[in-house]
Amino acid sequence: MTTALSIRDLTKAYANGFQALKGISLEIRKGDFFALLGPNGAGKSTTIGILCSLINKTSGKVEIFGHDIDRDFSAAKMETGLVPQEFNFNVFEPVEEIVVNQAGYFGIERRVGVRRAERYLKQLGLWEKRRCQARELSGGMKRRLMIARALVHEPRLLILDEPTAGVDIEIRRSMWDYLRELNAAGTTIILTTHYLEEAENLCRNIAIIDHGRLIENSSMKELIGKLQVETFVLDLRNPVKTLPKTEPECLRMIDETTLEADIQRGCSINFLFEQLSRQGIEVLSMRNKTNRLEQLFMHMIGNGADGKRKDAA
Amino acid sequence: MTPKQKLVAFKTILIKEVLRFSRIWVQTIVPPVVTTSLYFVIFGSLIGPRIGDMGGFRYMDYIVPGLIMMAVITNSYANVVSSFYGSKFHHHIEEMLVSPLPNYIIVMGFTAGGIARGMSVGMAVTLVSMAFSDLQVHDLTVLVTIVILTSTLFSLAGLINGVFARSFDDISIVPTFVLTPLTYLGGVFYTIQMLPAFWQKVSMANPILYMVDTFRFGFLGVSDIPVALSYLIVGGFILTLYLYALYLMNVGYGIRK
Repeated sequence: MTTALSIRDLTKAYANGFQALKGISLEIRKGDFFALLGPNGAGKSTTIGILCSLINKTSGKVEIFGHDIDRDFSAAKMETGLVPQEFNFNVFEPVEEIVVNQAGYFGIERRVGVRRAERYLKQLGLWEKRRCQARELSGGMKRRLMIARALVHEPRLLILDEPTAGVDIEIRRSMWDYLRELNAAGTTIILTTHYLEEAENLCRNIAIIDHGRLIENSSMKELIGKLQVETFVLDLRNPVKTLPKTEPECLRMIDETTLEADIQRGCSINFLFEQLSRQGIEVLSMRNKTNRLEQLFMHMIGNGADGKRKDAA
Repeated sequence: MTPKQKLVAFKTILIKEVLRFSRIWVQTIVPPVVTTSLYFVIFGSLIGPRIGDMGGFRYMDYIVPGLIMMAVITNSYANVVSSFYGSKFHHHIEEMLVSPLPNYIIVMGFTAGGIARGMSVGMAVTLVSMAFSDLQVHDLTVLVTIVILTSTLFSLAGLINGVFARSFDDISIVPTFVLTPLTYLGGVFYTIQMLPAFWQKVSMANPILYMVDTFRFGFLGVSDIPVALSYLIVGGFILTLYLYALYLMNVGYGIRK
């Protein structure tokens, strides 16, 4: 079995008539680290909700490690762990109890559940807090608690719905390391996030959903390869009064010491530095204006530079 | 899931529920004991002697079984409705929904939690009642079985209320406007033989009457209604409510979009 998740023609129409999913088909290979991206309301959380039985699908077929979620729901759920977007534990329960109880819901004996809770709470830096009520935890700790809870039955497929939302950069990076380790140990991971840097850093393959349809499904490398123009921000040592001339023209002036350069894919950037040097302009530093994936993402979901959403085709 | 795994899951929900109401015992166990003690003092000790005998027994001895049953009913119901609605409201019902737990285990787990609370409160109230009356047990089997069945019935009813509830107001409407009147009119304080024939017939439509009456039979050995009929009616209600609760869970009413 090389397929972790298979989705065929998945649709979802809510009672109010809103068509959240319009026939999504997707395959995720075993061991993959997969990004599922899309703007708010695109259908990501609906898809995840269906995979985890929190939302009833309208039609379509879903298999998790070959187990149909309708006919063999028990086996399918045994394979799946979910870290949801919103905190969904009893905040008055002690941390350890939340994890041990979750093991119990999966039919895992209490003594085994206690052992596993210890392992995952230690790995996620929550062991010292095990006797605290969950409401006493910080936002980052609550996110990690949900990861520990999702892992306690040792699923082969872990679904993370914006796991690092509202988490500071240090904890976010430690969570990335932890997720990489999990993935390296064989767990297939599906990640939705609004931090596209996170997706680019962690994921090997990617799908983009917009308006309930899959508009992209490829490897991260292939997708990034589609980027035709990269925009760089140049910080200058001395101020300039007018926009420097270059051939081809590729510069925009942001302020007296900041320029933006659009560089075509495949072009050397040396030509730009040579021409600026000849004009006595010294570049102090250079950086990407936006994350490369973010640039592509904005283009694919039809956002203009002004951030206004264009009508989807 | 194997039968053993299902049993583990059931025990997990039950223990979680017991711990939940035990942690807040001042809110869950103490109030019914205090309220029932007041009933014992006012209706039993103060007003009771002026009323005289009821159904051939001291008024205090007559009302004690009904008051115990009233505590069992309200607490079984309250436990499940508040726990289930709370888990829906705070979304931690999702912990169960994402697991392979069959819906019937969820229904049975919450129901068992309600029974545990009903029995705990029932025991506490019974202990207090011993200070006010010298109750003798006439039929222990009837006592135990009818109290468990009653507790089961109202736990299931509480679960259904919890499934339908969309706000905290919704979980107090049924106990206030349905459960309390039915309990008060269910022969807790009087025998239906006192009522005119028409109201006796109306009272027979109140299911709580059968439970209170059978429970009283377990203590006093007298009953207004045949005990077998009570079991039949209570059993019928339990089966109907269980199947309905299971149906609601299977379609995901109020819990799955």
